[in-house]
Amino acid sequence: MHMADALLSPAVGGAMWAASAGTIAYCARKVRTDLADSRVPLMGVLGAFIFAAQMINFSIPATGSSGHLGGGLLLSVLLGPYAAFLTIASVLVIQALFFADGGLLALGCNIFNLGFFPAFIAYPFVYRQLVGAHQTRARMTMAAIAAAVTGLQLGAFGVVLETVASGQSSLPFSTFVVMMQPIHLAIGVVEGFVTAAVVSFVYRARPELVPSSPGACSAGSRPVRGVLLAFLAMAVLTGGMVSWFASKDPDGLEWAIGKVTGKGELPGPTQGIHGTLAEVQRKTSFLPDYSFRKSGETGKEGAQPAGQGKDKGESRVGTSVSGVLGACITLAVALLVGFLLKKRHQSA
Amino acid sequence: MASIDGALLDFKRLDRLATGDTAIHRLDPRAKVLATLVFVVTVVSFGKYEVTPLVPFLIFPVAMVALGNLPVAYVIKKIALLCPFALVVGIFNPIFDREVLVQIGSLGITGGWLSFASIVMRSILTVGAAIVLVGVTGFPGVCLALERIGMPRVFAVQLLFLYRYIFVLTDEGSRMERARKLRSLGKKMEPGIFGSLVGHLLLRTWQRAERIHMAMLARGFTGEFHTRRDTRFGGRELLFLLGWSTLFIILRFLNLSQLVGSLVTGISP
Amino acid sequence: MSHHIVEVRNLRHVYPDGTVALRDVSFRITHGESVAIIGANGAGKSTLLLHLNGFLTPTAGEIRIGDYPLTKATLPEIRRTVGMVFQDPDDQLFMPTVYDDVAFGPLNLGLSGTDVEQRVKDALEKVGAGHLQEKPPYNLSGGEKKRVAIATVLSMSPDILVMDEPTDGLDPHARRQLMALLREFSHTRIFTSHDLDMVLELCSRVIILHEGEVRGDGPPLEIFRNDELLARCRLEKPLSMQGCPVCGGKVS
Repeated sequence: MHMADALLSPAVGGAMWAASAGTIAYCARKVRTDLADSRVPLMGVLGAFIFAAQMINFSIPATGSSGHLGGGLLLSVLLGPYAAFLTIASVLVIQALFFADGGLLALGCNIFNLGFFPAFIAYPFVYRQLVGAHQTRARMTMAAIAAAVTGLQLGAFGVVLETVASGQSSLPFSTFVVMMQPIHLAIGVVEGFVTAAVVSFVYRARPELVPSSPGACSAGSRPVRGVLLAFLAMAVLTGGMVSWFASKDPDGLEWAIGKVTGKGELPGPTQGIHGTLAEVQRKTSFLPDYSFRKSGETGKEGAQPAGQGKDKGESRVGTSVSGVLGACITLAVALLVGFLLKKRHQSA
Repeated sequence: MASIDGALLDFKRLDRLATGDTAIHRLDPRAKVLATLVFVVTVVSFGKYEVTPLVPFLIFPVAMVALGNLPVAYVIKKIALLCPFALVVGIFNPIFDREVLVQIGSLGITGGWLSFASIVMRSILTVGAAIVLVGVTGFPGVCLALERIGMPRVFAVQLLFLYRYIFVLTDEGSRMERARKLRSLGKKMEPGIFGSLVGHLLLRTWQRAERIHMAMLARGFTGEFHTRRDTRFGGRELLFLLGWSTLFIILRFLNLSQLVGSLVTGISP
Repeated sequence: MSHHIVEVRNLRHVYPDGTVALRDVSFRITHGESVAIIGANGAGKSTLLLHLNGFLTPTAGEIRIGDYPLTKATLPEIRRTVGMVFQDPDDQLFMPTVYDDVAFGPLNLGLSGTDVEQRVKDALEKVGAGHLQEKPPYNLSGGEKKRVAIATVLSMSPDILVMDEPTDGLDPHARRQLMALLREFSHTRIFTSHDLDMVLELCSRVIILHEGEVRGDGPPLEIFRNDELLARCRLEKPLSMQGCPVCGGKVS
């Protein structure tokens, strides 16, 4: 599941961006110092491979539905966590830009949900532990399923937390969890099964490609723990900083500005640009006696409590209508500007 | 396989848009990437129930489409696909949030519908901005910009390699899938078969990576990646970035829709 | 100019799985020669080529490029001297644009901006691909890709050109263009190919590999007239040397 810009608040989006960017920077350093040059093209081409593999669908037995490979766990098994994380992140960047999967701000969340959990949690703590030193096909399948389920459960939970913390959705936390987790349990089992099928195929053909020793990426080893701690610090820091400026209520930014400037609201209707415009509007309004005017006036003088969208809304029947109307007009103007610009461009 | 080929064609089309040669295309990619980021952050910073203040923001994608001479119908089609996940989650809002917030005549609009409309509007704006960015900048441009803003080199190289081989490997994948289809008489792909088909693709990919590495070594690759960086962040770029950012911030705090509406209806906010 | 010489002495290569790819291969190619290495599938051609640029290390025997034996220490210099064009141009063109690809080698050599630009321009001009400079490689036709792949090697000004199946997968027109291009080069040239007509036109010498050994080494006409040798090595005469079954013409 790709998280989307439209469901995010800047604080959550920003914190997850910082977390993902930090992890990318850390992994980039690790890959540079620890891995052979030959991994440079390999990681890139495997990213393209994941992309291609995701486009090939398979049918899930006894359900009639079809699935596709996620690839996070597969990459971790083949490349180790650091290179795998970078590779998944690169695939997600392409998807965000070309297929509008999620969007640019949500990229941070998506990289984290779909990259961090499989590479730094599911792979070292579940897959490696269960496979052990002697990988057999049965163990590999079991480990892959357990790891994929873990990774996807955490990823889905991440989506839930990010969505709920952002506050754009009205879905209650518990309902959302009940919706997301079971679906991803099924997806996880399928992902694990398919990952195991691919890994064991490769293992039979070229065993040297599937490292059997945990190497530098064993569970609880310092590097992985380092990533975890670095991430935590980063997320807490950024989250804290952003929320200091923007409270978690929907109009947080305005509230924060009110705090900073010491005013309850942005310049009210009688001052500044609003005041001037009030003069102008008396002359320009072509619907002055429209029936909703009265209700508009009731809301006019009353000082609005800051931030509470609902309270505002109740008393602002008229303003809503004029808002909608104004929106239509600005939309028309925006399109007209576009049209004119294009025209000018073509004639130039 | 029609769907793979279709997705690829679509991808190639978007990719080709970036070869345009307009003033917008020629701008340093950093200006466009940063302006787009400011745009997205401003858009998502609005409150849950705000719909109308978002409308004026359409001017950014619209202006970029016009100035960048992008095909309008195509961009609209891409945006119309939106992000299914956002819509699926958003559609629950009207169910859980049923308090009437706005009354227009006898029609009561609940907070749920309002916030759903807001999510749709945000989707249009953010998805549109991403597509337009690629259309006027191109993927290598975006990579270059991100790298110069501070993205690690290794990751930039990773993105460029991925991008280069997407076409090669999806072609290979769709050929294999077509060959399987022709011999499977309408049977669906079982996970086991998928495993070996994709496993084959993986092995071939790995061999290709080895050959590419040889080709790199043959031309003196020593682990350091050199790319051209002939872009310049000059006055035009600064103007572009500051101009748009200022507009976004003004639109953030000044409900233009409301103001225009007030002008014509005579109702003050 | 002794650095144009390629000498292979008693080369033997055994892959880790035990397959003997090259048993005992020896030859010496001198300055300006145009040599084709031909042989059936699995004869060891590719393995041999991979040795010339140091991608594979001999199990036994020695390779000398110019005055140097091929060792770890001489590898960078040898890789600059020997330009290798791969069979699949998609493996060779990995950068975002044609320009970046052709500039990749010179930049790795540590050349400065203007030098690089000049080299890229010259190399692309030489293969007639100057107009493709800003294109991404995946938007090129097969023939264009091949020519650009050659340019990526030329920009490093190698003394020896090694090409794996240069005419593979090209349409007749693109093949003709490429052959005209290859004829102009004054480098020492080593090809592998199944396109024996091209070999006949372009090469002054043919080496036949079979089962990891050199079975024939001489001028093309001499080699291609030896029916018995060709049959033993699972090869046949170039079409242009066979009697034409359609118009009845006879060639010796």
